[in-house]
Amino acid sequence: MEPFQNVKSIVTPLDKVNVDTDQIIPKQFLKLVQKSGFGKFLFFNWRYDENENVKSDFILNDPKYNKSKILVAGDNFGCGSSREHAVWALDDYGFSVIISSSFADIFFSNCFKNGILPISLESKIIQKLLQETNVVEVDLENQIIRTTSEDISFTINSHKKKILLEGLDDIAQTFQFEDKISEFEEKSTVPSVL
Amino acid sequence: MGKTLFEKIWESHIVVEKQNEPALIYIDRHLVHEVTSPQAFDGLRMNNRQVRRPDLTIATMDHNVPTSDRSLPILDQTSAIQIKTLENNCKDFGIKLFDINSPNQGIVHVIGPQLGITLPGSTIVCGDSHTSTHGAFGALALGIGTSEVEHVLASQTLWLEKPKTFEVRVEGKRNNPHAVTAKDIILSIIKNIGTAGGTGTVIEYRGEGITDLSMDQRMTICNMSIEGGARAGLIAPDQKTFDYLRNREYTPKNYESLVDSWKENLKSDSDAIFDKQFILNINDIAPQVSWGTNPGMTCDVDEPIPSPDEFSNGDVNQKKGAEKALEYMDLKSGTMIEDIAIDRVFIGSCTNARLEDLIEASKIVQGQKVASNVNAMVVPGSQMVKKQAEEMGLDKIFIDANFEWREAGCSMCLGMNPDILSPGERCASTSNRNFEGRQGNGGRTHLVSPVMAAAAAINGHFVDVRKLDLN
Repeated sequence: MEPFQNVKSIVTPLDKVNVDTDQIIPKQFLKLVQKSGFGKFLFFNWRYDENENVKSDFILNDPKYNKSKILVAGDNFGCGSSREHAVWALDDYGFSVIISSSFADIFFSNCFKNGILPISLESKIIQKLLQETNVVEVDLENQIIRTTSEDISFTINSHKKKILLEGLDDIAQTFQFEDKISEFEEKSTVPSVL
Repeated sequence: MGKTLFEKIWESHIVVEKQNEPALIYIDRHLVHEVTSPQAFDGLRMNNRQVRRPDLTIATMDHNVPTSDRSLPILDQTSAIQIKTLENNCKDFGIKLFDINSPNQGIVHVIGPQLGITLPGSTIVCGDSHTSTHGAFGALALGIGTSEVEHVLASQTLWLEKPKTFEVRVEGKRNNPHAVTAKDIILSIIKNIGTAGGTGTVIEYRGEGITDLSMDQRMTICNMSIEGGARAGLIAPDQKTFDYLRNREYTPKNYESLVDSWKENLKSDSDAIFDKQFILNINDIAPQVSWGTNPGMTCDVDEPIPSPDEFSNGDVNQKKGAEKALEYMDLKSGTMIEDIAIDRVFIGSCTNARLEDLIEASKIVQGQKVASNVNAMVVPGSQMVKKQAEEMGLDKIFIDANFEWREAGCSMCLGMNPDILSPGERCASTSNRNFEGRQGNGGRTHLVSPVMAAAAAINGHFVDVRKLDLN
């Protein structure tokens, strides 16, 4: 995983609550067996009509936001299915920061595995960011979102911050505790399946 | 201070613990399916890693398998490739697979308990959010993403932040337990706590309203914990739990001694304190029907659809969400639920496709015919459920009534296989999610219990099943 760099971009305002992972990446695109190439299917049913024509009223179809790396959305973002394809699609499309008033647990966890920074902020700040039209900077190291009018600080678990900043491989980290895992297995009373 | 059941299971599975950091938790059971695993196995290959404990790992194919004639080839090439990929991965890494022709094939959350793979007090993960189902047995069961699937395959552990605890106490007794089901209890809970009400928590369902339930019904409750936003749902195991798991194909040999220790340890202490609490009294609850595009948008069968104002309780964003939902569902506030006509009926999914669900639905269907404008299908949760139902003659009851009787799989719960709604079609569904397009692009889903779905199939519109003779 690449280390997380500061992000400077305009924000894409997705003014919806309860955006579920079925909307982020509909099921017909879950059949692929690789991790790449999901960006073109992001929010597919909102971006395209049934004849696959572009729906001009959907925010992602406004060319103004083509280069945006920051998505701002309403409460409970990423709820529903555990599909990591949702994060792969956001990443592949070009988003590296998702800001919402709250996230569903599995989606939140999936973000960190793919170098995406999810930021939770109070609803009233989300409402302000949804109106923000200038470039903003997300500085993870200092935990600040800089807009033209103010600096907004955000909290993040220090362990998760480290993972993103250093781009750590989770599994390699875990293998450092190999002896502890073996020790646990020797004591475990839960029988094998087979 | 006493401990909750969750805390006891958590503490007994800590491999590494550091202050203010996630704990490394040991995983006792890993269930794998075709959709969320290919990239995980690829990751192992790229890094030259093995599966640490194939003996704690079980795979099946459920999400995109066809539910029609299994002797025919799979027409959808991308589905066929994904299924073949799982076969190859299981072979390469030495994992036991219940493939499309296995008598044990089925929805992963239906077969785990049926085979005695799910055990009380264990930790269970699967790359599927409805893993919470297994919590009905007093297991800590978590849905995970594909990166975590890879992590568990490689290390049999997961880094997890300790969730908070949430007591959902269900008090009272249902007047008519055949008409008001476990599905109605869990939909009522979600309607009250909201779809994010359980975020960051593990729910423990307690009280007489829960202990009264059978294991099949308890699984329906825990299954939809994720729809309330929770990380997992738990029910303390009791005699019903222990009896259910005895003598299953993979029940451990030392089962009785395990039961003895579970009886002693697997319950929340009387002085345990939960971080959060919600109490539901079920004495007078009604069958539930969802009207919107998330499971919290649900009302009683004898109620009109609420206005966005009533639903949102002053929250502007929720109000906008409700307006959008009504538009998508092509419904109007004030419409009585029983006046809503339906086109399709789906009885299936990891929520409601176990034997008891099919028995209850069959009582309504027996001797009746599906309304002429309705297409209805039953998709048993597993091949074993299908076989048991057929031994009882349930297949004939459904087929005689013009239901389709299918092979096991996730089917129209998420429409990854050919079982999907057409745009605009309205479905009474026993599944768990009514998201936009979930059952097919433009499809409109109403979540209901199996008896409510069966009654809607016969009548062509929703019916309050309390009016029917179900005994």
